[in-house]
Amino acid sequence: MSLEMLEAESIHIIREVASEFERPALLFSGGKDSIVMLRLAEKAFRPAPMPFALVHVDTGHNFPEVLDYRDKRVAELGVRLIVASVQDSIDAGRVIEPTGRRASRNRLQTTTLLDVIAEHRFDVAFGGARRDEEKARAKERIFSFRDEVGQWDPRNQRPELWNLFNTRIRPGEHIRVFPLSNWTELDVWRYIARDELDVPPIYFAHRRRVFERDGMLLAENPYQSPDPAEVVSEATVRYRTVGDMTCTGAVLSGARTVDDIIQEVATTRITERGATRADDRTSEAAMEDRKREGYF
Amino acid sequence: MDILRFATAGSVDDGKSTLIGRLLYDSKSTFTDRLEAVEDVSRRRGDEYTNLALLMDGLRAEREQGITIDVAYGYFATPKRKFILADTPGHAQYTRNMVTGASTADLAIVLVDATKGMVEQSRRHTFLLGLLGVPHLVVCVNKMDLVGYDQGVFDRIRAEFSAFTTRMATRDVTFVPISALHGDNVVSRSAEMPWYEGGSLLHHLENVHISSDRNMVDVRFPVQYVIRPQSSACPDYRGYAGQVAGGVLRPGDEVMHLPSGLTTRVAAIDGPDGPLDEATPPMSVVLRLADNLDVSRGDMICRPHNAPAVAQDIDAMVVWMSERALRPPARLLLKHTTRTVRAVVREMRYRLDVNTLRRDTSATELRCNEISRLELRVTQPLLCDPYSRNRLTGSFILIDEETNHTVGAGVIN
Repeated sequence: MSLEMLEAESIHIIREVASEFERPALLFSGGKDSIVMLRLAEKAFRPAPMPFALVHVDTGHNFPEVLDYRDKRVAELGVRLIVASVQDSIDAGRVIEPTGRRASRNRLQTTTLLDVIAEHRFDVAFGGARRDEEKARAKERIFSFRDEVGQWDPRNQRPELWNLFNTRIRPGEHIRVFPLSNWTELDVWRYIARDELDVPPIYFAHRRRVFERDGMLLAENPYQSPDPAEVVSEATVRYRTVGDMTCTGAVLSGARTVDDIIQEVATTRITERGATRADDRTSEAAMEDRKREGYF
Repeated sequence: MDILRFATAGSVDDGKSTLIGRLLYDSKSTFTDRLEAVEDVSRRRGDEYTNLALLMDGLRAEREQGITIDVAYGYFATPKRKFILADTPGHAQYTRNMVTGASTADLAIVLVDATKGMVEQSRRHTFLLGLLGVPHLVVCVNKMDLVGYDQGVFDRIRAEFSAFTTRMATRDVTFVPISALHGDNVVSRSAEMPWYEGGSLLHHLENVHISSDRNMVDVRFPVQYVIRPQSSACPDYRGYAGQVAGGVLRPGDEVMHLPSGLTTRVAAIDGPDGPLDEATPPMSVVLRLADNLDVSRGDMICRPHNAPAVAQDIDAMVVWMSERALRPPARLLLKHTTRTVRAVVREMRYRLDVNTLRRDTSATELRCNEISRLELRVTQPLLCDPYSRNRLTGSFILIDEETNHTVGAGVIN
């Protein structure tokens, strides 16, 4: 019953956006949360097609398995996909590629995202973020206002009561809407199981060459090289979150099915971001700082 | 398994964060990496103990100032229930954030310090929770360890509280003597208070009966979105999407459309996974009607002999949320269910002192976080019920057209 309640709330939110905004976009990364969000959007308008485009911010360092999944899903649904490329932002001189051992394009995504929102004049963007992911996200409204330069002001959020959402903005401003705000990682997997949704294969246990850095297992990848002291070895791993290859860690796991994953998630004592994201480890308020700038 | 949404109100001094930390920690719902991060920060700040408040105070400013500024949402589950916790600030200056968290709560916890008894803040919180129609209230008399687990202290506070709550609409008030610091009566029963015959706080949260809190009598379906594919596959499909705000809808039921007053039958109900035999709150469904009526967003589907009021003059209690004071007459936007209309605040009947519940009829302006009974006139009728009858069709928000800020929250009398 709890999944049905969460589903009903999310569908209400998605329909409210379609009703009150002119130009919505749905941010689709091919990760588990956006897979569920896309499914809910599909259900919200049936038998009509969903009335908005998908946007993917591609860092150029994504897992190929996830990009394949993204393209397959888009083809199935027959929806429009806009790919905003961080590489293009670098080539255009909008951002500078960071260098050094811990260089990651993660933070650059913010500029690319804000540029694609401005270019297509999107007035609202759906994101798959959940409040249980991270302490700054736990503070964010479902309809989260962004000013004309895309910033979030956590000290001055619009009060959000009942199921009444204030959708009013001026030209140039936009709103980020998070229909999965009240879902947990376990809810997402249970929903994937219930609806028999397909997910990228890297969520399941597989053999992969990895090296350990800062207590995380990073995949051997073309974009960064391990230090001489960091030994590359093969392990049975899976991914709990899907992000950039350069900053998303794998977890040791033997989970081969969705049911195995549910078992694993139900008993784990570590949050998904704690286990797998280097980007959140840079400081105590790393996520809050990135969100203020306009990050997802 | 169902979901209980509950809110906590109070400040660090009451032991609110300690209590939440306890609930999460003792029910094994805290993740070790989050706890380690909190321990790490506590250590660096030189705290004597691990400050569990940091588990919920997620913003930099909150951690620096040691206060809760905005609502934080937390999620945990026991084998019996899933919980969505809205941890809300206690300070008067953040009342607007407190009501945000409490507006959707099935239950709220009010903390009272056993060494102090009922204070101004407890009155304000209890009143606001009553105003927002939170159906179940749990008063946790905390720091019982500091009063020697004395039943007399607990009984006195309970009597004082009951005298206050009898003047409010809240039907279900439960009292639990606890020590958040030591964990007495939080997750399991305490051996220190054999005189207390009730269950622990968590036991209450797991077992409180909430399924009858929603209005299952008055059919209310605010039309949110019209689905008309006009495709070759379904050329004639016309469905009205929305969230059921009250009552039970079944295919074949006779229904009335407002504002037209025309009646028809429910031809079919489409849920997220296909046709349904019935729809109840809070399901999001699509209704198909037997006749082709002119139905659009903002309209309402109800039963012919059980319709909401069609009202242009609205009498409501309003919590003001803007730094810019309200001085009637004032023009605002009003969003009610799926309908947004222009409204004029014509008159302030009285401003309420939430600490004393005294009415100030001479008041002419309403400042941020204050509450007032207002008379409003709307340009287009609202299809509404008293808030006490239905929280969804009885509530509205006010928006300043100039700034687009949400400046007020109202409950209809």
